[in-house]
Amino acid sequence: MIATAVSSGVVVLVGAVFLACAVEMVEALTIVVAVGHTRGWRWALEGTLVALLALGALVGVFGPALIHVPLSWLRLGVGGVLLIFGLQWLRKAVLRASGLKAKHDEDAIYASLVTELTSTPSVAKRDQVAFMMAFKGVFLEGLEVVVTVLTLGTSAHQLFLASAVATGTVALVAIIGVLVAKQLSSVPENAMKTTVGVMLISYGTFWVGEGLGIHWPGSDGFLALLVALYGVGTFLVVLVTRRAAALVVAP
Amino acid sequence: MTRLRTWLRAFGQFWWDFFVGDTPELFVATVALIAVTAVLVHAHAARSVATVLLPLLVIGALLWSVRKSWPKR
Repeated sequence: MIATAVSSGVVVLVGAVFLACAVEMVEALTIVVAVGHTRGWRWALEGTLVALLALGALVGVFGPALIHVPLSWLRLGVGGVLLIFGLQWLRKAVLRASGLKAKHDEDAIYASLVTELTSTPSVAKRDQVAFMMAFKGVFLEGLEVVVTVLTLGTSAHQLFLASAVATGTVALVAIIGVLVAKQLSSVPENAMKTTVGVMLISYGTFWVGEGLGIHWPGSDGFLALLVALYGVGTFLVVLVTRRAAALVVAP
Repeated sequence: MTRLRTWLRAFGQFWWDFFVGDTPELFVATVALIAVTAVLVHAHAARSVATVLLPLLVIGALLWSVRKSWPKR
């Protein structure tokens, strides 16, 4: 029973960090590949490396600091952040699944970035435009991963595990990107985003409840029930939204 | 001083956009559902109600936010 409870918490944590990291890194990879192909790999990789160092420093500074926050306050704050984040991810995923928002098209984003980069001349020895675009792309996409890793990792006392999963996923996506030498457009991004959203609001609900003093039935095992409940709930919201969209198109 | 103020404003704006962005209703809903749950937990008799209500409020917040993007008839 205890083993099952512990493993369900760890499985949700590892799954959420892995999928969030994979989705964000696929988006970052599109930007880096576009910069590398049009302005040279030196600036693309330099911008990427500096962004990764900055993100690593954020984890290094805020990770140990967060451990000193009283546990109930930490869980309440972390739960709130995870709920906001997860609901934002789910909202976009539901709108895309219902056809009310265009799906994230890495090919179109790549083409638009290449056009933008080739129309900006590089006069200086140091290509600041290329460096900044790679840096911003990796830093902004990576920041969501850092917040997810810090919040999930510290509140579950699994910061090392969460950081290791995130680092491994970044390396995996980077290796795949190098091997195929292009943006990863065939990744089922919306399904992954939906799964991450469900996992984030599950953990968010769990920690908010714990922070407020709720004792969930079955302890950590209740997380699995929350994941199932939110999975069904999200599916129903997609169905209702599709129906609302269809009623307007064909009255 | 002006430079510091500009930097602080940009810093605040960045984090506001990061956490709230174009969906302030999700921020408001999250704060509201935490407040409602806190009140229920504080009234010990309603603690079990909070256990059931919290996940339902989260789904409600999602539906509310998505509903704002439904096409107008």
